Amino acid sequence: MKLTYKHAIGAVVLLFGAAAPWLISGYELSLLGRFLALSILAMGIMLTWGEAGILSLGQGVFFGLGGYALAMHLKLEGLNLANGDMPDFMVWSGVSALPRLWYPFANGFFSLACVVIVPGAFAAMFSWLVFRRRVGGVYFALITQALALAFSTLVISQQAYTGGFNGLTDFSTLFGWDITSLGAARVIYWITLVLVVLAYMFLSWLLSSRFGVMLRATRDGENRVRFLGHDPVPYKVVAFSIAGTLAGIGGALFTLHSGVVSPALVGVVPSIEMVVWVAVGGRNILWGAIAGTLLVNFAKDQISSALPSLWLYGLGALFVLAVSFLPTGIAGLFQPDTAAERVVRRMLTRTKVRTAE
Amino acid sequence: MHESAFLLGQVFNGFSVASLFILAALGLALSFGLMRVINMAHGEMLMLGGYLAYLTLQVVPGPMGIIVAMPVAFLGAAIIGGVLEFAVIHRLSARPLDTLLATWGVSLILQQAARNMFGAIGVEVTAPSWLNHTVSIHSGFLSGLDLPDTRIFILIIAALVLAGIAALLNKTRLGLYVRAVNQDRATAAAMGVNARLIDLAVFSLGTGVAGLAGVILALLGPVTPTVGQSYIVPAFLVVILGGLGSLVGTTIASIIIGLFTALIEIFVDVSVAQVLLLLFVILFIQIRPQGVITVRTRALEG
Repeated sequence: MKLTYKHAIGAVVLLFGAAAPWLISGYELSLLGRFLALSILAMGIMLTWGEAGILSLGQGVFFGLGGYALAMHLKLEGLNLANGDMPDFMVWSGVSALPRLWYPFANGFFSLACVVIVPGAFAAMFSWLVFRRRVGGVYFALITQALALAFSTLVISQQAYTGGFNGLTDFSTLFGWDITSLGAARVIYWITLVLVVLAYMFLSWLLSSRFGVMLRATRDGENRVRFLGHDPVPYKVVAFSIAGTLAGIGGALFTLHSGVVSPALVGVVPSIEMVVWVAVGGRNILWGAIAGTLLVNFAKDQISSALPSLWLYGLGALFVLAVSFLPTGIAGLFQPDTAAERVVRRMLTRTKVRTAE
Repeated sequence: MHESAFLLGQVFNGFSVASLFILAALGLALSFGLMRVINMAHGEMLMLGGYLAYLTLQVVPGPMGIIVAMPVAFLGAAIIGGVLEFAVIHRLSARPLDTLLATWGVSLILQQAARNMFGAIGVEVTAPSWLNHTVSIHSGFLSGLDLPDTRIFILIIAALVLAGIAALLNKTRLGLYVRAVNQDRATAAAMGVNARLIDLAVFSLGTGVAGLAGVILALLGPVTPTVGQSYIVPAFLVVILGGLGSLVGTTIASIIIGLFTALIEIFVDVSVAQVLLLLFVILFIQIRPQGVITVRTRALEG
């Protein structure tokens, strides 16, 4: 592999990332950690939306599944289950005994396995059911939105089992290790950073493989892929499951950073906000997804604390402007398409609507 | 109360919910058939209609206010819809998924504007006294069945709108053009139909009908900045079930979803009903991925 200036930039960014705990304040570090956790999810959106052309408006569901899987363990750790101890919110809601579903989560390793497996498996099953009948595109986006709505209302309404609207919060230890201290915050931050780098490397390998070629081919002309004798369904299902798994891991890390997981993070509006991070950053470029997530979220943190109503106008305008005028996002400005790519893209975006006029 | 009366009452509820879905989803389905784009700000057209009804009643109080409000809301929403189509949707129509996101941005802006203008809590529109009655049946095996006038009013409005649109599509020159573009845009355009203008007209008509639906929503509950959101997700599911740009398909799908919701809520609470509705839709597309009625196949799109 030839070393280029890109590797140099990457190394400098990584160095600053690793040294961040000494460079910025504790509050800023906790924000950065959270947003990096979100950027793992955003890379999944880049994979499905940017590369495979599958727009999911329900990534919050997988984020939530990962977050809740870990949070359930965090709530149970330190409780004496044999004694009939229960998480505080269950006592308040008058639940008589710990629900069966909760028992296995007393085991930390089971819980961690669920963080990875449950969102991925659910994403695989869900997307296979839809894609196998060749329902995709706009239909898929609408069905995933309905999924996000159903999931968040279900979580809110089952107060006694999920903590309802307030979610699960007030954690203290993980594997007997105090996670509320400043030192722990640093360790969690580094773990997040390592996972971001791993996800980045995995996805850039995946996208440069034949699998990535198949995904892009499916995005640009699904029927042509079929006519050439390939079945695009497994490729789409695998891509969507990977995105689901990444969202779940991001959700679990976010829960560790923020100390809370609640329906406010998994519903319709947050799910679609996740897409705008990637739209702003650049849907076809992996680092764009990370940059967009950090940029939009830091902007949100600044603007929404000063002028909350302005933020919603800003977010709305961001959607319209990014999509209309900057379809390749900020990253696209730095990485212009090659001439060949531009020609291909122009051919493909010229749909029936255009040709008719 | 007799069980049969209760069941019939739920079926009646289902139909009245379905008629709201028809009004909300009609515009979505028609534009989707023509342009393959979904307007995520469609729910905000319901909200707009609700607020226009509220404003109209400030100007024209009294029993006839709601009758005046309907054309006002229709026109107001149709004009906003036309502007939206011209400014955003037409520009992006070659990229359906991007249109979805851009119109979502528009919906956020409209919601926030409503919040700034009318407050987050919402405004009340009182139903006129001539809608305050309830048709009750006291004898026979249906004794105990209550049919509120507002619900009957909704059914009548939906039926009238549906009949009007059907007549427009099937009996007029404009309708002929719409059907032509719906079936084959390129050929229609080659025959001299101004497809661009048809898109705009149908889109405005659809948002206008949504505005009208907003007036009816205002009769059922307070108008809040997010009032459209609670109806729009089922309306999207109606579009998925209905099939491309088919009036009959949209109607049947609305009735299926309305009845399913009303009947399932006898047994489970609202949140579980939502999950079951989604499951139902996913199972339905296993059997009929192209929707209830299809003018064109979905399988070879794109």
